[in-house]
Amino acid sequence: MALPNFALLAQSILSGIFTGALYGLLGLGLSLSWGMLRQINLAHFALAFLGAYLCYQLSTVNGMDPLATMLVIVPCFFAIGVALQWIFARFRISAFNSLLVTFGLTVIVESVIQSVWTADFRRLASGYSDMKFRVGVLYVPVPELLTLMLSLTLSFAIWAALRYTDLGRAMRASAEDAPIAAAFGVNQKGLALLLSGVCAALAGVAGVCIALSYTLAPAQIYTWIGVVFAVVMLGGLGRALGPLIAGILIGVSESVTMAVTAPSWAPLVSFSLLIVVLLVRPGKV
Amino acid sequence: MNGFVRRFAVCIILLAGVFTIGAAPGDPPIRIGSTLALTGPLASTALVHKLTGEIYVEGLNRRGGLLGRQVEWIVKDDQSKPELARTLYEQLITVDKVDLLLGPYATGAILSAMGVAQRYNKLLVHHTFGIPSLAKYDAQFPTWSLGPDPATTFPNTVLDALASTPKPPKTIAIVTSKFPSVHFMSLGAREIARKRGLQEILFLEWEFGNRDFGAIAARIKDANPDFLWVGAIGLEGNQLLDALKKIDYTPRYHFYMYPAPGPMAQAPEAKNALAGTIFEQDPPFTDNPSAAEFSKIFNERATKAGLPYSRVETQAAASYTAWQVLEAAVTATKSLDDKVLAEWLRTHRVDTIQGKLRFDGPSNYGDDLMRVKQVQNGRWVTVWPKAFAAPGATLATP
Repeated sequence: MALPNFALLAQSILSGIFTGALYGLLGLGLSLSWGMLRQINLAHFALAFLGAYLCYQLSTVNGMDPLATMLVIVPCFFAIGVALQWIFARFRISAFNSLLVTFGLTVIVESVIQSVWTADFRRLASGYSDMKFRVGVLYVPVPELLTLMLSLTLSFAIWAALRYTDLGRAMRASAEDAPIAAAFGVNQKGLALLLSGVCAALAGVAGVCIALSYTLAPAQIYTWIGVVFAVVMLGGLGRALGPLIAGILIGVSESVTMAVTAPSWAPLVSFSLLIVVLLVRPGKV
Repeated sequence: MNGFVRRFAVCIILLAGVFTIGAAPGDPPIRIGSTLALTGPLASTALVHKLTGEIYVEGLNRRGGLLGRQVEWIVKDDQSKPELARTLYEQLITVDKVDLLLGPYATGAILSAMGVAQRYNKLLVHHTFGIPSLAKYDAQFPTWSLGPDPATTFPNTVLDALASTPKPPKTIAIVTSKFPSVHFMSLGAREIARKRGLQEILFLEWEFGNRDFGAIAARIKDANPDFLWVGAIGLEGNQLLDALKKIDYTPRYHFYMYPAPGPMAQAPEAKNALAGTIFEQDPPFTDNPSAAEFSKIFNERATKAGLPYSRVETQAAASYTAWQVLEAAVTATKSLDDKVLAEWLRTHRVDTIQGKLRFDGPSNYGDDLMRVKQVQNGRWVTVWPKAFAAPGATLATP
């Protein structure tokens, strides 16, 4: 195994950071709904891809700037998230059942995507696609950089909101011990609706990032599930910064593995890391 | 008056009888069953096969069907899952009681269907099986004319094409998905390149479903080969090209095993990309009248269906050929008996839009009719062998 040169290694690490940022962004909403709402929301991936296709549609057909599509997608997805939470609460769906229900939703969303946009591959050709710049020996693609910036901004914003605002404290208290929080006047139902809306909106933002950087196909929904679940578990449930850190850790590990050894070893990295953390620090996951 | 009415009625009945004896409207249609990956990761290509099948069956019924009976195609969705294809083929035979079978899309599902067909001694004509050595059943008939040993013959064809250029490659990088029907071809290319004296400067494998091609692209750029062989299927080729573009690297000669035809032809970074083909919608292929007619209808329907690449290429041609082979066997033998049909196919050549196919080689594979195509001006054109090159097309060099 020969050591790669600096440029190759640095470019691979950068690529890993970008991929990890997207893992983190996808994992953020999933982690919050799992940790704070006790819902294992598989439909999060389907919503992200629905967001990606809407971004594609609004940009390609309606001529909107891909980033401006967030002005439409985020409120719509917030409403979808609120509606989902209302249904979950109305029918008292347990954590385990939420896995089954949201898997069903994922299949439905996949079918909707396929019937509207067909199973063919779709690629968003925007002004951002070809934008990149050089920093020394490194090439920095702008769409991936935007994903990193969005991921960092949203993760820190949500972390700060949960930590420093009354609303955030109420949410954490509600997740910790709902009856006691309710006894202190916390409107648990309202907060759950708000949080579910935020999680769905985050899926919409992740979808825009996916559309900016990746070719779309309905079945691609499932290719992200395994690694993002590993990111969420590694980052800790209900934590805002955890998925970002875990995502970048896994993304960089995968990229470095691909740069140094056989790329076919890369998928083992995320799950090996997860197993190691589960063995070494079981209480932290 | 009564006598006139009686005679008139008898005439009408006789006339009706004359007109209906030939068409035999009471005869049930011949039912041909298959599955396709109408959903799931293989759906984008399987939709091409669905469209082709619909066009063929409509045309066949307009021509009077098979043995004077109309043809009904029962197609079920195997969701890109070989294990489901197995169940559905079992269902087609035992519950739907179809008269004939046609293969599903892609190697894994075909292998599953082949097992079921063998269990019930059914004929299986299939269009997209990529690993001939795995086709052990003697009543299976492939219509993608790869030849019995494509891992040897096809890389030779590609390297022959490159050897004909003013600056033939001296170094090669082989990067490949571990998707079975792609992987074995890449390993074959590795062996053939070594035998032909090309220096292998990079060999990489990735798992099918890989998302991040950044590091792989960086390693290709670092190796900077004269010729890049990409064992990619579907989207993977585009994903790698995207990643290469992001680091400002354009491969000199680059080949993709089974690319998604539309996205690759339309991507600017895929300029001069090479791939294999059995048919492209240009002369000399379209000199065949049925190929020309099919191409015209396919273009209209594909555009209407919103397919991103509406020209006929390998997938549609292989699919159309499967129907042609089935029709030829039934018409020649005037039989729906699977044994009779299989026996006829083993001993006869069938004229198809790919050329004449035979099924008397190992695993019922005949001649290797694979050619080399290239992305030129946003569409695929055949460039090698020269006898099959599109009018005016030559292999573009870097």
